[in-house]
Amino acid sequence: MNAIKQAFRTVSDLWSLMVGLRVTGKYFVEPQRTVRYPWKAVSTVGTFKGHLELVGGTKDPFKPRCISCGMCAISCPSGCITVVKRKPPKPTPEEEKAVAEAKTRGEKVKDQTPKDPEKFLYDFSLCSLCGTCMENCPTGSLRFSHNVYVAGYSRNDFQYDLVLQLREAEAQAKPARREARPAAESEA
Amino acid sequence: MTRNADMEQVAGDFYAENFAKDASEGSLILNLGPQHPSTHGVLRVLVELDGEYVLRAEPVIGYLHRMHEKMAEVKTAAQYIPNMGRVDYGHAIAWNWAFVGAVERLAGIEVPPRAEYVRVITCELNRIASHLLWWGAYLLDLGAFTPIMYAFDDREKILDILQSPTGARLTFSYFRIGGVARDLDEDCVKAIREFIPWMRSRLPMYKEFVSDNIILRRRIEGVGVFEPDLCRRYGATGPVSRGSGLAYDVRRDEPYSVYPKLDFVVPTSDLMDARGRYDVRMEEMAQSLNIIESCLDQMPEGDTLVKGAPKPSWKVPKGETYFAVEGGRGKIGVHLVSDGGKNMYRVKLRSPSYSNLSLFAEASRGTLLADAVAILGSLDLIIPEIDR
Repeated sequence: MNAIKQAFRTVSDLWSLMVGLRVTGKYFVEPQRTVRYPWKAVSTVGTFKGHLELVGGTKDPFKPRCISCGMCAISCPSGCITVVKRKPPKPTPEEEKAVAEAKTRGEKVKDQTPKDPEKFLYDFSLCSLCGTCMENCPTGSLRFSHNVYVAGYSRNDFQYDLVLQLREAEAQAKPARREARPAAESEA
Repeated sequence: MTRNADMEQVAGDFYAENFAKDASEGSLILNLGPQHPSTHGVLRVLVELDGEYVLRAEPVIGYLHRMHEKMAEVKTAAQYIPNMGRVDYGHAIAWNWAFVGAVERLAGIEVPPRAEYVRVITCELNRIASHLLWWGAYLLDLGAFTPIMYAFDDREKILDILQSPTGARLTFSYFRIGGVARDLDEDCVKAIREFIPWMRSRLPMYKEFVSDNIILRRRIEGVGVFEPDLCRRYGATGPVSRGSGLAYDVRRDEPYSVYPKLDFVVPTSDLMDARGRYDVRMEEMAQSLNIIESCLDQMPEGDTLVKGAPKPSWKVPKGETYFAVEGGRGKIGVHLVSDGGKNMYRVKLRSPSYSNLSLFAEASRGTLLADAVAILGSLDLIIPEIDR
């Protein structure tokens, strides 16, 4: 009796392997689930958070909206942002005179320095992509790029100047306009 | 670093020398890890072997210590959230929740109702992803390669869904004090609705494919029996204690968020062995799907972040609190002390893997070495969580 039981159990055990093989067999004939990467990319890149990038203004999409307030640098948990403000332009003698006159009249002198940053240094090797800077930006001038293919040979490759990146984007987007610009300036 | 007890010299570090002091005659001391493929991450286990049998085992931890608790003392509360995504890569959202929940409890911040549901949905999705990761990796430990391919097929689907609100695939820093960073958009809700029946259809396949497989059954049935008393003594929680018949689930026993409104079963198993823990996790995936489905039905419209949510410069009010959530591996607790200053005074992270690992030394005594590896895998250890 025991021998029959044992034989029955062995058969049912072997059967469980057959059931498993049937599953793998079924999936074997199904189309591939993976993607052959360099030739074909996955389609879910659009929601991925890549490194930070500056948002351009509404008038000029390649001039950062940033007002160099430094909220992002303060709020960043890992301190990976440094915003370098623009120095005030050297005033011409006429301007200096006007400022001095205004001061004697007791008027407040408006700061003419452009607010957009000189440099926006961003250390991607420290960034943890939490989005705190983005949420605390008063002008909404930061966003995550969808660049998933960032790679480099050394740590220095991930030290970005985001202003420079925006300029490079401009150069790539409008090579024709960039050539045309000096000509227009010389005419003026 | 192998050594025979009759040898005078011991090759090895402090731990190995200390461990070798109590070695019995003729035994072999073997070092598993920290880079051994069958131990997850960088866990190191010293074992004393008599032939194939484990006489003693001692986990050595600390190879992945990143001072998360100390880092809390130099950051403000809102700045500490990204750290929480990195404590446990398997179930990062539960850690997000544990910390954020502790701050909210201390500061008395009410979370908008929609945010509560979004939290539950993302947390449960992440739990399924965590269990799938365990399932694939555990079977890989036991020598079965193919299952991880099936597990990751489904896991990728969850990660794609979670990527849409969080932007990340592994180290989520999605929760904010007083809500979540982004709402689930319509596409995302639709994707979750499509995912639920898909995953439900996959679970029977997993059963046919692996759970009933005789090779697996012979490998894990009756291996690593943890008496409920053992689990209680070491403070084991999650599927480890539920696999020993203790129906302790933080979601049920210390309810938080909207879990009291949701209908779900806390699966337990009386088998007490690796098979019991396996069954509990497989059943938990099905239960998580039920939770997600009822959440999607009940989810109200509205904000997902409370108005005037704390900024990075916000100070946690003076006081002390404890908040616990149920993670994929057990009870995740955050003990938060604040003196009202800029940074938090002290944050103690209670990680379930740490307690679950601590019973291994006792449970592995007298087992075969191969079974010890099966026990270690059945604990579902995440090493960054142990070391923190």
